[in-house]
Amino acid sequence: MMDKLIFGRYIPGDSLIHRLDPRTKLIGAISFIIIIFLANNWISYLALIVFVLTAVKLSGINPKFFINGVKPLIWLILFTVILQILFTSGQTIWFRFGPIIISQEGLLNGVYIFFRFVLIIFMSTILTLTTMPLSLTDAIEFLLRPLNAVKVPVHEIALMLSIALRFVPTLMDETEKIMNAQRARGIDFGEGNIYEQMKSIVPLLIPLFVSSFNRAEELATAMEARGYKGGEGRTKYRQLSWETRDTSVMVAFGVLSVVLFLLRS
Amino acid sequence: MDIGFQDVGYTYQKGTPFESKAIYDINLSIKDGSFTAIVGHTGSGKSTVLQHLNALKKPTEGVVTIGDRVITRMSENKGLKSLRKKVGIVFQFPEAQLFEETVGKDIAFGPKNFGMTEKEGLEKARELLPVVGLDETFMERSPFDLSGGQMRRVAIAGVLAMEPEVLVLDEPTAGLDPQGRKEIMDMFHSLYKNKGLTIVLVTHQMDDVAAYADHMIVLGGGTVMKEGHPRDIFQETDWLTSMQLGVPSTVRFAHELEEKFKWTFDPLPLTTDDLARQIKEKLTSKGGERS
Amino acid sequence: MTEIIRLKNITYKYTDEDLRPALQDVSFSINKGEWVAIIGPNGSGKSTLAKTINGLIEPDSGEVEVGGLKLNEKNVWSIREMVGMVFQNPDNQFVGSTVQDDVAFGLENLGVPRDDMIERVRNALEKVNMLEFAEREPARLSGGQKQRVAIAGIVALRPAIMILDEATSMLDPQGREEVLRTVKEVKERENLSVLSITHDIDEAAEANRILVMRDGKMIQEGSPETIFSFGGKLVEMGLDLPFPERLKASLKEQGLDVPQDYLTEEGMVDWLWTSVSKM
Repeated sequence: MMDKLIFGRYIPGDSLIHRLDPRTKLIGAISFIIIIFLANNWISYLALIVFVLTAVKLSGINPKFFINGVKPLIWLILFTVILQILFTSGQTIWFRFGPIIISQEGLLNGVYIFFRFVLIIFMSTILTLTTMPLSLTDAIEFLLRPLNAVKVPVHEIALMLSIALRFVPTLMDETEKIMNAQRARGIDFGEGNIYEQMKSIVPLLIPLFVSSFNRAEELATAMEARGYKGGEGRTKYRQLSWETRDTSVMVAFGVLSVVLFLLRS
Repeated sequence: MDIGFQDVGYTYQKGTPFESKAIYDINLSIKDGSFTAIVGHTGSGKSTVLQHLNALKKPTEGVVTIGDRVITRMSENKGLKSLRKKVGIVFQFPEAQLFEETVGKDIAFGPKNFGMTEKEGLEKARELLPVVGLDETFMERSPFDLSGGQMRRVAIAGVLAMEPEVLVLDEPTAGLDPQGRKEIMDMFHSLYKNKGLTIVLVTHQMDDVAAYADHMIVLGGGTVMKEGHPRDIFQETDWLTSMQLGVPSTVRFAHELEEKFKWTFDPLPLTTDDLARQIKEKLTSKGGERS
Repeated sequence: MTEIIRLKNITYKYTDEDLRPALQDVSFSINKGEWVAIIGPNGSGKSTLAKTINGLIEPDSGEVEVGGLKLNEKNVWSIREMVGMVFQNPDNQFVGSTVQDDVAFGLENLGVPRDDMIERVRNALEKVNMLEFAEREPARLSGGQKQRVAIAGIVALRPAIMILDEATSMLDPQGREEVLRTVKEVKERENLSVLSITHDIDEAAEANRILVMRDGKMIQEGSPETIFSFGGKLVEMGLDLPFPERLKASLKEQGLDVPQDYLTEEGMVDWLWTSVSKM
């Protein structure tokens, strides 16, 4: 069940994209989601597709992974696309059946929406597949750093985030173990009516909470024993380094935005 | 109830980029009324095999037979549940499964899922507390206020409460102190001896295998490396050592004596009592020769 | 000999409602370079005792001294620097996202400069034979490997004493052996003192001295030979019976005369040898 989720899985590698500074990739992925809204015709979408496919190629990761990343969301995407097709009014009517009207503009919009979804998923998949979660937290901490000025505990947030990420696999394991134990005691997860399903979650959630609290307590003790006393006076082992390639990639994103802007109709 | 595996294999996430083979070509048989030990390293496929014993997993290849039920890749999920009543599994660190407000209710949870009423379930719980070495005063206590060892016993009672015919134990004594370990192992042994339960014990403790099991399965790299009587398998000390599985202390010491004193032990002693008896025979017969 | 740790009349209750204290007037000391094992059944107060040493628990009464420093609010951080602790659950003490990050955690807390840190992390990982795993995430390590990383995290801080709080009890035999071997090597090379809380006979056998606890009290003290010769009583003390003791018990049942003293396996063979030649 859970192991089908592709998001958040890092695939080790040594491609150009892997070697980029996590800040570059994070800023890139975020700005991509913004600039994709500049595109409003097929030429600009073509440009975006070429851009993303180049990135996929450069990441050196099997395209299968990207298709897999889209799969869990395919129904949501299709649903949105159909809504878009049905509710976009247009001049060139292709099909009419009672209240259902399908226009050329509607279809075109549907296709655009479809690509927008897929491209955004591809782009974020590149980010998560080529960047260690830990590096991502480093990037987030760096980008949040200005907030220190307004007394936001950025160091604590970043530490929390990295510990949370580090415990994701542990908790997944734990969940599976408890599910197995309760199934062996006669529980069927995901069967029966809504009420029964809700009831079957209790024997899973309570043990998970209990064990997470225990873990948290033990972890806190261990951290204290190792001399942790908050962010003050701490040094950092991890350091990010910005290289020429990062600047180049940023420039590429800039060029893409300009191109999309000029192509707008 | 017999359990059999025929060419069983299981592949995780088949057909995805993360596909990985956990077990393959597994053939084994667990006879009704036997005490079977399964040994192997982490990653040998033990836990995957375990989950096939009560159809928590369906094999992606081959056939698993549990009693008169045949389970393959194509088997419907419906109806597998009844198998879980017949084959109870005590997972490693089973105290993690406790969740009810009281010990009594938690023990009754399994029986209730298999159709007992609340009252019958609680009755069952009351009956089982002494079996696992606790008393009735525990019925109304919260399982989360107990010591680790007591929680373990409650969890075991929760599995016994389903009245399984086969009891599968995954490292049931891990993390307990020696006293607790001994008490828990003695309890399982008495369930096997007196109640005729079929027992499957997954363990790293070769001394426990030697002391209790009459059948042994060695797993390695996702498949069965050896299956047979512990006495025959422990004969092959070198092979076991090369597998980094270790041998029971008694067997190791017997081999040492064989080498130093040019003695032969027949049959191979598996417990210290066996060994002591044979040592005594040797000492007295030797004395006899000389006098 | 210099004392590295001294506890005097420690008493501690978790809550006021507790009927009996978790620790009751416990005193002991550990010398520099010494290996001391504490045994006792679960719930006898061993882990609580360990936690008072580096101020994770503040005793209700009594005194703790580590490396000549009295434990108080002012000294607690210097004392934690001197005392490294390996806990029972390998997962719940692994803070970093990768092996090297975890080893660095303690150094970061101390504010060690980065260049220095890189060197010390490398060094520490080398000492526990985990250098090749530096980039690994904890999910891809065995229990024994995680505990070795925890030891590296301690070694990197150059402490005076290492406390093992049932550090091998959740591991398989292989993991247990590899951790024990690592502790032995590190102790020798770094000239550390070791305090190990354990049920494991092999671990206890490594000690120079064994302390036995029951119901929050220190009830017995002696060399491994002395303690192991308690025979059947050892199980009540929270220790596995050593194999020679088990065999002795069985031989006795067969009506053979066996020596009272504790025998190692070798000693057992020798004793049998003399018995054979006597006949």
